[in-house]
Amino acid sequence: MKASLSESLRGAATYARSVVSLVHAGAGLYHERTTWRDLPETRRAFLQWVEGSDERGLGERYAMLVDGGISRTWGQLLVTTRLASDGRRRYDLRHEADADGSLDDLSVYTDPLAARHLATETDDGDYRPLKTAPTLRTGWVFPDLSGEQLVQAVDFFYPATVANWHREQQGDLDVTHWRETAERQTGIYDIVDELSGEQVEWLAESCCVDSQCLKRRQWDEDADTELDVPRGDGEFPCREPCSVVVAAARNWAVLEGETEREYTLTLTPSEKNQLEDIIEAVADGRTDEIREADVYDGANRYRARWLRAKRFDEEGGLAGGDAADDE
Amino acid sequence: MSQALVIVAHGSHLNPDSSTPTFDHADTIRASGAFDEVREAFWKEEPSFREVLRTVEADEVYVVPLFVSEGYFTEQVIPRELRLEGWDVEQWDSDGTSASHTTLTATDVAGKTVHYCGPVGTHDAMSDVIVQRAESVTGDPEVGEGFGLAVVGHGTERNENSAKAIHYHTDRIRETGRFDEVEALFMDEEPEVDDVAEFFESDDVVVVPLFIADGFHTQEDIPEDMGITDDYREGYDVPATVDGTNVWYAGAVGTEPLMADVVLERAAEAGANVGNAISRVRAETGGVVGD
Repeated sequence: MKASLSESLRGAATYARSVVSLVHAGAGLYHERTTWRDLPETRRAFLQWVEGSDERGLGERYAMLVDGGISRTWGQLLVTTRLASDGRRRYDLRHEADADGSLDDLSVYTDPLAARHLATETDDGDYRPLKTAPTLRTGWVFPDLSGEQLVQAVDFFYPATVANWHREQQGDLDVTHWRETAERQTGIYDIVDELSGEQVEWLAESCCVDSQCLKRRQWDEDADTELDVPRGDGEFPCREPCSVVVAAARNWAVLEGETEREYTLTLTPSEKNQLEDIIEAVADGRTDEIREADVYDGANRYRARWLRAKRFDEEGGLAGGDAADDE
Repeated sequence: MSQALVIVAHGSHLNPDSSTPTFDHADTIRASGAFDEVREAFWKEEPSFREVLRTVEADEVYVVPLFVSEGYFTEQVIPRELRLEGWDVEQWDSDGTSASHTTLTATDVAGKTVHYCGPVGTHDAMSDVIVQRAESVTGDPEVGEGFGLAVVGHGTERNENSAKAIHYHTDRIRETGRFDEVEALFMDEEPEVDDVAEFFESDDVVVVPLFIADGFHTQEDIPEDMGITDDYREGYDVPATVDGTNVWYAGAVGTEPLMADVVLERAAEAGANVGNAISRVRAETGGVVGD
């Protein structure tokens, strides 16, 4: 009898759970058919995407929404969708690195406008001129946003990414390639159209790869001339060279106007390797990681100071013969 | 019919404070509830002018440039980057300071109407903001008697309308008779702000730069040029005495909260339905209500 009673209780519990889950699913289905139906298309598409409507069916989604929620990343953002007791979706938004952080450990925000300020500086307090650089600061959470608030916050962290992603989903992303962007420029940026195809490759390699920007580059030199540089794996597309790229291109167009010269420098093989190490470390943003006393790393500060002490002349530059000066 | 306000400003790749006034004024207007959506867009930050229109959902979009004068940005860059269809500067029918608004569409977004407004810097209400800036920096809501006021502009280096805007407000404020003296000074042309004390007989002079944001020019150049500090990093006193004149340096006028009112007035004149938001925002930001 005992075994049978416990079996009955277990059965009742299972039945109760399935009723609850049916109620949730019903509420959720109702939500999809009513609340979502009237949303602007872009917002609805994004809210459906964050809960993986492209990856799983309604039943599975609702089971997950009730049981812990569904998480998805957008750049460095982690969005978790849950179903509240009234059947509405609520969203938790945080840095993906804080996935396991409790609300006690993180600064809690409720107003999506705060995203604008959180996006301004890195964890080290450096200004972030490029919002989609992979340098988003950590340590914050918006634990309970509505769908509208979520989209607003995401648009402050990564402006226009949702709109461009949606256009791409619809098959009508308007890509503006480098040549067209360059030729449109006026004023001090007028000269960027002087960059050659090879220089545009270097430009994209410098600024647009995943280590520098999380957008997936969809523009090329022009519609018929693809760049070889990897486009990136980002969820959201980059439809046109941005202002950071155009400003960098302007300086390179100026610098590339110089005529090359031959210099004669005297370096040991290790010193030549060291110069390469220093360039690599700066280009990869690795200088902060080099340990204070790691004098075996060419880009170590003491090593660089040694090289400067040994090789710089009284004018503070590399001592070496400039072929052009001798002419 | 839903309506959105888009505030377009310069922004900076180097200086995070450049966009601060834009965010602040946008927040004031958001809180007023006058628009369904309010969005900031920048030449140097994101969203870019190029992509901002696609981020708003409203059908009617009011674009207000947070720039001090008509010129290269308001006439060429912004319309080009927003992809305003059929834009021609003649539509503003401006003498250099009188642009109000024009109504266009943008090839970037189907089905939206874009009301492109003149810059905040040339709006009549900007004169009030300059005066309010003088009140703020002196801490005296009645400031005027015994005081001179210098309105400072960049100058004509690239754009003659830049100086026109400075003279426009200088004349308007002078006509009110509130200050003993009101003069227009410039960074890169005569009369130069460097010699501020020479242009005034008053012992006290409030100096208000007609700039949108604090940055290199307003925080470094002008204080050092006027001699209120030898090194901008050490800051300056307010007032600071230069050649026997007390210089009350106000910093960029664009940081004054009442600027939000000018943005609203621009949009309202272009047809936005802002209800009583103008008087509410004026009251909130210290402006005179109902004038």
